[in-house]
Amino acid sequence: MSGDAALPPRPIPEASPYGEPYWAAAVDGRLVVQHCPRCNRLQHFPRPWCTACLHDALDYVEASGRGTVYSCTVVRRNPNPAFAARVPYVLALIDLDEGVRVMSNVIGCAPEAVTIGARVRVCFEATDDTHAVPCFTLDPEGT
Amino acid sequence: MVADQLGLRPSYCDVVDLGGATATGMIWRAAAAIDAGACRSVLCVLAEGPDPRLGVRSPTWPALPNSQWERPYGSLGPNSGYALAAARHAYLYGTTDAQRAKVAVDQRTNACANPDSLFHGTPITVDDVLASPLICDPLHLLEIVMPCFGATAFVVTRGDVAAHAPHPPVRLRGFGEQVAHSSLMSMPDITRTPIVESAARAYASAGITPADVDLLSLYDCYTITVILSLEDAGFCAKGDGGPFVADHDLTYAGDLPCNTHGGQLSYGQAGLAGGASHVTEAVVQLRGRAGARQVPDCGLALVNGNGGILAEQCTLVLERAS
Repeated sequence: MSGDAALPPRPIPEASPYGEPYWAAAVDGRLVVQHCPRCNRLQHFPRPWCTACLHDALDYVEASGRGTVYSCTVVRRNPNPAFAARVPYVLALIDLDEGVRVMSNVIGCAPEAVTIGARVRVCFEATDDTHAVPCFTLDPEGT
Repeated sequence: MVADQLGLRPSYCDVVDLGGATATGMIWRAAAAIDAGACRSVLCVLAEGPDPRLGVRSPTWPALPNSQWERPYGSLGPNSGYALAAARHAYLYGTTDAQRAKVAVDQRTNACANPDSLFHGTPITVDDVLASPLICDPLHLLEIVMPCFGATAFVVTRGDVAAHAPHPPVRLRGFGEQVAHSSLMSMPDITRTPIVESAARAYASAGITPADVDLLSLYDCYTITVILSLEDAGFCAKGDGGPFVADHDLTYAGDLPCNTHGGQLSYGQAGLAGGASHVTEAVVQLRGRAGARQVPDCGLALVNGNGGILAEQCTLVLERAS
């Protein structure tokens, strides 16, 4: 887990009850996806029920942490103090290899280096002692 | 509250919030309530003002249950959401910054013929748009709406009542609505909007095709919104929106008049009333009262409201009363 001490902490995810397992896994350095044991479908973001079959006893499976950039933008202005020091940063929609789409940041490189179609791999950034958020880095070797 | 202020005792009262699609959504709901016999006329009011305690605009992008999936990453909501759509559109179809900028330029030309617009008297060029600061790549400052304060009201009523009104009426000939996702993560293709469905329903109920339309009033929170709307409402093929706006003149004097009041990009976006400006401009044009920016022989207008991030769509076909 990494967190840049020079940057102000990110906003803590305000977890809903059905979002807690996702954020708890992130603290452990694991990226998980909500799974329906009845119809075997994956969905993100986590919800109280499966949007395909309405089954309401869902579990989580661990994702490979690999994905592809579906779209990305370089955010150049953000008045929020947590992000004012981070601009320019990359906000991206990432298609995980498991088939769900997540919003995240691609970090650890020049913003211009992130392109649609690029392969990425998950990493985790601490927001404080008890929270972490999944982020991504470029993974040029990723296939 | 509005009813009490006006001393009214309505037999039908409703609150509609479809973001930028609120105004268009109000109109067919009002017509449906009248058809159902719930009332005879409906006063639709859209107003959003500053919070006097804060001295700033009231929040229009509230914390939603799913904001936990976006806030930790510095999502800006609309600015970054529409930028993601614009980036994907450019990647898939080769849409250029200059093509998107053309939308802002043509609408500014329209605003310069509308004394009520925020940017009246200040024409811009494609180079001006491209030289304005990048906010969220690839969107520049001049591709983004100008927030302002304001309010809009209009009356929806029966034809026999409208016939005796002080102003020429405009007829609601057809409508269509489609609401989809809340989070952008739930949108299978962020370059394909629910306008595909809302416009198809509007055309079917009105019995028209895009070729019959004299005036376009398309919700324009960003330049990319207009391009996506033109594609999904059937004015060009998916992906051709960039070359299409470059090859057509979207001004009031052009071959495809669009957002002749200047659009929100140049007229201003007064909160929820922003999407109502597309309705009132269509009404003014269909009445033939648009002055210097009047579209000649304007008989049929397509009005689209867009709420959220390409999420809520409501399309109207408005017709000049014969």
